[in-house]
Order: sequence, then C-alpha cells, then structure tokens
Amino acid sequence: MSTTPKIQVRGLSKRFGPKVVLDGIDLDIAQGESLVVIGGSGSGKSVMIKCILGLIRPDAGSVRIDGEDVTKLDRRGRERVMAKFGMLFQGGALFDSLPVWENVAFGLIQGQGMARAEARAIALRKLQAVGLGAPVAELHPSELSGGMQKRVSLARAIAREPEIILFDEPTTGLDPIMADVINDLIIACVQELGATTITITHDMHSARKIASRVAMIYHGKIIWNGPAADIDRSGNPYVDQFVNGHAEGPIQMEVRPL
Amino acid sequence: MGFLASIGRAVLHLLATTGSVSLFAAQALALSTRPPWHWRLIGRQMIDIGYYSLPVVGMTALFTGMVLALQSYTGFSRFAADSAIPTVVVISITRELGPVIAGLMVAGRIGASMAAEIGTMRVTEQIDALTTLSTNPMKYLVAPRLLAGMTMLPLLVLVADAIGVFGGYVVSVHKLGFNPTSYLKRTFDYLQVMDVVSGLVKASVFGFLIALMGCYHGYRSRGGAQGVGAATTQAVVTASILILLSNYLVTELFFSRR
Ligand SMILES: Nc1ncnc2c1ncn2[C@@H]1O[C@H](COP(=O)(O)OP(=O)(O)O)[C@@H](O)[C@H]1O
Ligand SMILES: [Mg+2]
Repeated sequence: MSTTPKIQVRGLSKRFGPKVVLDGIDLDIAQGESLVVIGGSGSGKSVMIKCILGLIRPDAGSVRIDGEDVTKLDRRGRERVMAKFGMLFQGGALFDSLPVWENVAFGLIQGQGMARAEARAIALRKLQAVGLGAPVAELHPSELSGGMQKRVSLARAIAREPEIILFDEPTTGLDPIMADVINDLIIACVQELGATTITITHDMHSARKIASRVAMIYHGKIIWNGPAADIDRSGNPYVDQFVNGHAEGPIQMEVRPL
Repeated sequence: MGFLASIGRAVLHLLATTGSVSLFAAQALALSTRPPWHWRLIGRQMIDIGYYSLPVVGMTALFTGMVLALQSYTGFSRFAADSAIPTVVVISITRELGPVIAGLMVAGRIGASMAAEIGTMRVTEQIDALTTLSTNPMKYLVAPRLLAGMTMLPLLVLVADAIGVFGGYVVSVHKLGFNPTSYLKRTFDYLQVMDVVSGLVKASVFGFLIALMGCYHGYRSRGGAQGVGAATTQAVVTASILILLSNYLVTELFFSRR
C-alpha cells in the first residue's frame, strides 16, 4: 500500500447559491510532496483547501487522507484527523485576544492538553525558527507588522509538527524580500518535518521555489498538473498565460474599457 | 395572495430560526458538560459580565428605586396610602424592575460585545483557525459565555435589588419625611422569599438569553465589518425582545395561581 496517496481528492464540487466554485476537482498528493496550486483570484483555491480541511462541506466528491474518506467522518473522527493538519490562513487568523506565544502554543495547550510552561517553551523555539525573538512573544498580534503576523501564523501552523501543512497565500501582500524569507522558511519547515504540503499562491517566483509539483485551477477544475520543472513547457495556453502574467490570452478578465 | 404568502414566509422563517437557535443552544450546553473545562475562559466571562456591569446596573437600579418612591408617593398620598410605599418599592424592584432593568442594560453591554467579538472572529477566520487547532469553537467560545451569563446575572440582580431599595429609602426618608426605622421595617414585613427568588430565576433566564443571542448572531455573521455590525444590532434587539417576552412567561409561571 505504499502507493496510497497522502491526500486524494475525487470529484470535489461546491457551489454557493447559483455560483459553481468547484466543479469536480481531482488531485493526488503523495507523501512528502510539495504541491503548489496556482490560479486567479476568486477561482476557488481557498474554498478547495477548506474542503480538504473539512471547514467547508463539499456538495459532492471525496477527500481521502491516508486512504480514509474524511467527508464522511463524525465530529470525533474529524478532530482526530484535524490533528494531522496545520494551516496558515490567507488573512493570518491570529487570535487577537491572546499574546503571540499563546497563539503559537494554542494547538498544544487546547488541542493536546500540554502544560502551559512546556507549550510556551516550544512556542518560543518555533518563534525563533521563524526569526522572532522572545520580546515579540509577549506582544499581541495587532501590534505586529504584516510580515511578522505571517511569520507568527507560520509558527502556529507548524507548532504541532503536523503531517500535512496547508499554506493559503503565504507571501501575498509582503515585500519581495520578506516574501522570499517566508519561502525559505516554508522550505526549511517542510524539509525538517518531512511534511506533505499544499501551497496556494499566485506569486510565480514563490511557486517555482517551493513546488515539487504544480496544479492550476481554472473555472472550478484542475486544468493542468505536472512537475514544477515542466511549468514553462506545459503546452497549456492557460498555464502559459498565468505563468508569464499576460493580460492577453485564453483567460479573459471580465473588464470593459473605460 | 401575495399578502398570505408573505405571512407564510415570515412564519416559516420564524420557525426555522427558532429551530436553529435551539439546536445551537443545545449543542453548546451538551458540550459544556464534558471536559476539558475552560475555567480560565469562564472566569474571564464571569468577571466581564458580573463585575464590569456593576456600575451601569447599579446606577440604573438606584434611579429606578428613587423614582419609584417618588411616583408612588404622588399617587398614594391622594388616598392617604403612603404607608404602602416601602412595600410597593421592594416588591416592584425584586419581582420586576431589578431583573428587567439589569437584563436590558446587560443586553446592551454584554450582548453587543459578545456578538461583535465572535462576529469578528468569524469573518477573520479565527473560528476556522480554532477548528484546525483541534478546539471546538462551540465549546471554547459559546459554552463559557452561556454559563457565565446564567450564573452572573442573578448575582448582579441581587445587588441591583439592594441598591434599588436603597434608592427608594433615600428619597422616602430625606425628601418625603418618612421615619427611617419604620420604613425599613415595612420594607421587610411584607417581602416574601418568592418575590426575590422569582426575580433571580428571571435573571438567570435573561442571562442565558443575552449570551445566547450574542453568540448566535456573532457566530453566524457573514461579510466583513458590515456583517458584524448587523449581528451586533440583531443580538441586542432580539435579546431585549426575548427578555420582555420571557419576563411575562416566568411571571405567569410563578404568580398566576395566586
Ligand atoms: N462562504 C462563502 N459564501 C459564498 N460565496 C463564497 C464563500 N466563500 C467563497 N465564496 C466565493 O467563492 C469564490 C472563490 O473564493 P476563494 O476560494 O476564496 O477564491 P481564491 O481562489 O481567491 O482563494 C469567490 O467568488 C467567492 O465569492
Ligand atoms: Mg483565497
């Protein structure tokens, strides 16, 4: 059974009212792989990742984690599977009522029942790993810059050393240098933890750096999926347009001239 | 026909909302009986509801007791029934005005802040983040607030009762020329245990409803700052209506057979 994918998505569909967001997503992600999902804004990348996590219930399709269909689990089963995941949310989603260290230690204290002192020590180590020192640990999230918040989110996502880590636009809104710092941190985390990761981005520099494989989502479907090295010779005009960032091409933005 | 259809729709909507609120409450209460107990959170909510509401509730109770004595005097002195004033004040305060006024003030203070806090956590994905950190948001956010509301409002009302009676005493003795000793004696002569107990039961019901409305509307808020604002308004309005409605029902339960 060594060929069982870590994550297997089949026919995943989701609509909100009349709007079809996901229209039969199929995706296999092997153990230890780093998949980058690219696609335009509003193409359903965040919805897909939340369906995989079980935060949004899909209308149809299955998500198998280690061969187990998680869309059919009850609350208890879902909590057990959730412990395998770490997630960096697009907006950070830090708890603004708690200091930074308690944000990072949250999964250890609340989820695993670890003693606060022990969890704090681990949180401080994780914060150091993302380049934040002890003084920052006592601050509240609202006192941090955007880049620092992203790094705290990253530390929180990896604090429990999960098997699967999901990154939703980890570098969006950061300056190019900070974005590259985050890229390196993600790569380091993945290598140290041996985790399987899905990263959503439309930053192609970041995609090339992180990805072992790339998938492109368009109109609710995965339209291309291949090794990162093949991204410039995908033979797919949609991928070419996105990768090279051209306004002209098969992907038409719904804008009218002024 | 359109008229009938719109009445039908409103009734269906009311039934559906009642159902989903009940389900929400049942879920939170069921979870609150199971470990792990979040003592720290329950304590924080208790202090917020019980201690920090004291000034507001105390002031309103004081003025209510004062005006009650004054109004009763202007009315009763026409029938030479002044001696009934201490009894009227204490019974009105303990049975009705203490719980209702404290309830309405706390609905504005606590109901609104619960809806705003939980609503903001919803729209900034903090509630989703709780789930990914193996923490049930219903148990972590909702259950402590319901428990604190149910237990702290009676204590608050006990204080409001005392301050309200004191307000009536001050006006009666210093402005209307009552004898202090006989005023106090009359206050307690006709007061029955049931008068106070029914008020405290009301308070507990109100505290539950305030927290429930705050949490429910916050939890289900959608769409950014505007959604949170709407949830806050909804929480205060529905809590106030439910307070007055349940006030009647509890009164009927306690006193209708006498
Ligand atoms: N809870 C929701 N209710 C209604 N529509 C939603 C919801 N979440 C996402 N959508 C819609 O789904 C589409 C995809 O959103 P999303 O996955 O966030 O895009 P992105 O690819 O930029 O992450 C958007 O058009 C968005 O409006
Ligand atoms: Mg997104």
